[in-house]
Amino acid sequence: MNIDLHGFGPAMMAGTLMTVKLALCALLLGLVLGLLGALAKTSPVKPLQWLGGTYSTLVRGVPELLWVLLIYFGTVGLMNSLGELLNMPGLELSAFTAGVVALGLCFGAYATEVFRGAILAIPKGHREAGLALGLSKGRILSRIILPQMWRIALPGLGNLFMILMKDTALVSVIGLEEIMRHAQIGVTVTKEPFTFYAVAACIYLGLTVIAMTGMHFLEKRAARGFMRAE
Amino acid sequence: MNWEVIIKWLPRLAQGATLTLELVAIAVIAGLILAIPLGVARSSRHWYVRALPFGYIFFFRGTPLLVQLFLVYYGLAQFDVVRNSSLWPYLRDPFWCTVLTMTLHTAAYIAEILRGALQAIPKGEIEAARALGMSRGKTLLYIMLPRAARIGLPAYSNEVILMLKASALASTVTLLELTGMARTIIARTYLPVEIFFAAGVFYLLISFVLVQGFKVLERWLRVDACQGR
Repeated sequence: MNIDLHGFGPAMMAGTLMTVKLALCALLLGLVLGLLGALAKTSPVKPLQWLGGTYSTLVRGVPELLWVLLIYFGTVGLMNSLGELLNMPGLELSAFTAGVVALGLCFGAYATEVFRGAILAIPKGHREAGLALGLSKGRILSRIILPQMWRIALPGLGNLFMILMKDTALVSVIGLEEIMRHAQIGVTVTKEPFTFYAVAACIYLGLTVIAMTGMHFLEKRAARGFMRAE
Repeated sequence: MNWEVIIKWLPRLAQGATLTLELVAIAVIAGLILAIPLGVARSSRHWYVRALPFGYIFFFRGTPLLVQLFLVYYGLAQFDVVRNSSLWPYLRDPFWCTVLTMTLHTAAYIAEILRGALQAIPKGEIEAARALGMSRGKTLLYIMLPRAARIGLPAYSNEVILMLKASALASTVTLLELTGMARTIIARTYLPVEIFFAAGVFYLLISFVLVQGFKVLERWLRVDACQGR
């Protein structure tokens, strides 16, 4: 096995960078969606509850690959008409944007459940104490609920991020040049599929290990001041 | 939304759905059989017994299923040994490659579920079995595994649903399961929204039926009765 992979080493590195970028962007979108979904699901307003519930059930019931394909190929007509409306002909979703939206959507649906569990795990008294002190609803959320929720939600989110990182490979199907796509390109030239896919597997393993270590430190930091009662 | 097109292609999609079900059924059952020795070895007290299943689980949980699928389907053909072997007719076939990969993949996850379940068995029950004079093997077979099956069943049902969704990846190696069939139809009709929507409804339906089925199974095995400590 050649170390520089017949000259494809730098391309694989670029692919790794793209995978990381994609994962982080999708993570950001997914966290926002998950937070909104969880707030909607735990809100006292019925239509919002219904909306949050439908979102998480619907998105979790359909394969990630189908979402990627649906968002990439399904929005062509929509984007075209939007482009005509905005006087920007040829407007279309790039593979990267489609990937971020699809993966963010899926991450958000699972994160909705994780956040909801975390919100429900916060003792009621904390919210009531905030109310009694005369804090506004927004303040209670940002100062009391969210900071505590983090700590409880973090292990679940870590698992989801691991899954997200592996799901980025799906976006290669719509041609985004991340690790898998670069490996495929390398294979077509060198006819050494096993070598390239094994290298891709190793890169994913490395990324997973890095993410695991990062999560460990984040969890430690979030849990400072807390001891598990034995 | 163009409903006539959806109705027209519904039989083909159903055909794809049967292949999806076939893939998932073989993978989760074969995966379970493979996972039992893995999970038992993984929860062993000796590090040298634990090491091999740990490496296996680490690899299969740490890399995307797509990579594993490509490694088996495209990758193995790189070696002449494989191409000249008697297994080549199977390893050349996308169906068997997908089944093999999905089985190996899900076995890693199920083994991890089984380990969690084995470790969650109250110590007293195992000690009671040993005190009654059961050998280690008998304790494992008659006490620990039936108990672990009930503890791990909810997690196993999750894994089956995840495999149902993972089976969509088979479309990337030319298999015409639900997603693959949808993509083929779209290549003919140029109606991605309608056909993907119909395929999505199929997936939702299948997962709904599976969830209900597992609920019945849980009631039959009296899973909730075992939860009381």
